Amino acid sequence: MDLIWDGVTEALRLIFSGDSYVYEVTFTSLLVSGSATLIALVLGLSIASFLAFRAPPGRTLALSAFNAGMALPPVAVGLLVSIMLWRTGPLGQLHLLYSRTAIVIAQAVIATPVVAALSTAALQGLNPNLRLQVLALGASRWQAALLLFREARISLLAAAMAGFGAAISEVGATIMVGGNIKGSTRTLTSAIVLEVGQGDFETAIALSFILLGVILVLVTLFTVLQQRRPPA
Amino acid sequence: MSDPLLRLEDIVVERGRHRILEVPSLDIVPNEVLAVVGPNGAGKSTLLRVIGQLERPSRGKVLFGGLPISGNPLPFRRRMALVFQEPLLLDTSVEGNVRSGLSLRGVPANERQRRVEEWTARFGIGGLRRRSARTLSGGEAQRTSLARAMVLEPEILLLDEPFSSLDAPTRESLIDDLDAVLTTKRVATVFVTHDRTEALRLGDRIAVLMGGNVRQLGTAAEVFSSPVDSEVASFVGVETILPGRIRQLSAGLASVAVGDNTIEATTELQSGADVLVCLRPEDVIVSALADALPMSARNHLRTTVTRVRPAGPYVRLELDAGFTLVAHITKQSLEELALSPGSNAVASFKATAVHLIPHRPA
Repeated sequence: MDLIWDGVTEALRLIFSGDSYVYEVTFTSLLVSGSATLIALVLGLSIASFLAFRAPPGRTLALSAFNAGMALPPVAVGLLVSIMLWRTGPLGQLHLLYSRTAIVIAQAVIATPVVAALSTAALQGLNPNLRLQVLALGASRWQAALLLFREARISLLAAAMAGFGAAISEVGATIMVGGNIKGSTRTLTSAIVLEVGQGDFETAIALSFILLGVILVLVTLFTVLQQRRPPA
Repeated sequence: MSDPLLRLEDIVVERGRHRILEVPSLDIVPNEVLAVVGPNGAGKSTLLRVIGQLERPSRGKVLFGGLPISGNPLPFRRRMALVFQEPLLLDTSVEGNVRSGLSLRGVPANERQRRVEEWTARFGIGGLRRRSARTLSGGEAQRTSLARAMVLEPEILLLDEPFSSLDAPTRESLIDDLDAVLTTKRVATVFVTHDRTEALRLGDRIAVLMGGNVRQLGTAAEVFSSPVDSEVASFVGVETILPGRIRQLSAGLASVAVGDNTIEATTELQSGADVLVCLRPEDVIVSALADALPMSARNHLRTTVTRVRPAGPYVRLELDAGFTLVAHITKQSLEELALSPGSNAVASFKATAVHLIPHRPA
């Protein structure tokens, strides 16, 4: 218990002393996971709209793949993205390995199936005639999609939160493709792994609390947005 | 009839191997309510979606104002409005719902507000404008849905069974309100329903859709009194349909042999023709054996009551005259005539009430 308590006090000290290392890894975490979540939302919602509204042949197969993708092992994703980005890999010429962009790619690969699968379920849960009604009101395809997203916003925001959670809590792929380079690709999760490896449990616990705090604040904001009454 | 606002030409809708709809030609003309009636699964909603540019037909053309619709259907969709069976309201206020189509169509804000106020008042939901759509009763929600469509001031209004999920009193009052609106605004309307009384109430012309085909199209009087075949007859409420043959013909009055009986009917068919004799239950007058028979009726048949069953405001009688004849009488008449299964009665009907359909015997 002492260790945890020491961790909490260390966390508060690091935050309020303006420790640049902590702020930097927190910023890196938010930047890469925020970007990955945005990419996952764009891709996931596009995939979900296509699967839910167009009902293409093979939809069940595609959905099974995305549902399975929710359990995608991050280390396997990390390995695959690393192979793609290696100097001799198909995307080696982009020189992205051990960069923040590489982490964004890996986290987006992990978060996209989560957003896609949960968003498809959310949109399929809407009354199928609602889309026809919205189109009959005179909506273009884009206007119809936005209106239907608004109707399904509670479930879609839950999907966004799940996607963000998958990205920011991820560590295996982040270390593999990012290299855990101080000042560049070190995130809160990869820093925690490093501190534990070095036996500095106090700092590791402090960083864990900061990570939890960041997640709590952001998810609370999402939840407030989710539970807000729709505008008239 | 004026030039059609919208015309369907050789429309075919197929899903997989099934042909859902086949309409060689159908016109929607200005100022007219076209009621499309038919049983469930007849293709009515598909027809409405094709008209409303929400479904592309497998073949055929839709012409709006004489021009074929091709490419992006959005501009044409924005000249129409559609109300479904379910209200399908958005999760916002009543006002937000009624305004939604206007916003999507880019109507200016002050005009939006004027129209929303006008149409919420017309449909009796002016006091509910700030209410969340989630808290509305079924009737209020459907009024909101109708106001949301009418506020768009569409050139063509499409109604897909808008009353069928409502209870009877709510349905009646909403039909009254819509009737008043359609009478004053005279917007071209296609009204799909499986309820023939609703079709009669609102429709200027009636199309009977069965198995994806328009079996009959005409005024309410034509369709209900002169159905083209036995299925249409049965659907429009003709409960007595009997096979017979015209034995004699004089001055448009036919004597038709039906079993051992002879029924007199007005017709333009030829002598010797095999026919179906169609008779609506409300056209049959039932009297006791001892009563004076109605003079205006040419047909009087001795019958035995086989079944008595309530049917809304009427009582439905099944009478055995060598064949089964169905009659509707009032509850008061039933009491006065003291009829019950096994009683004898006379069924009378006019020759003009009998409709003969040419029919090849099986």
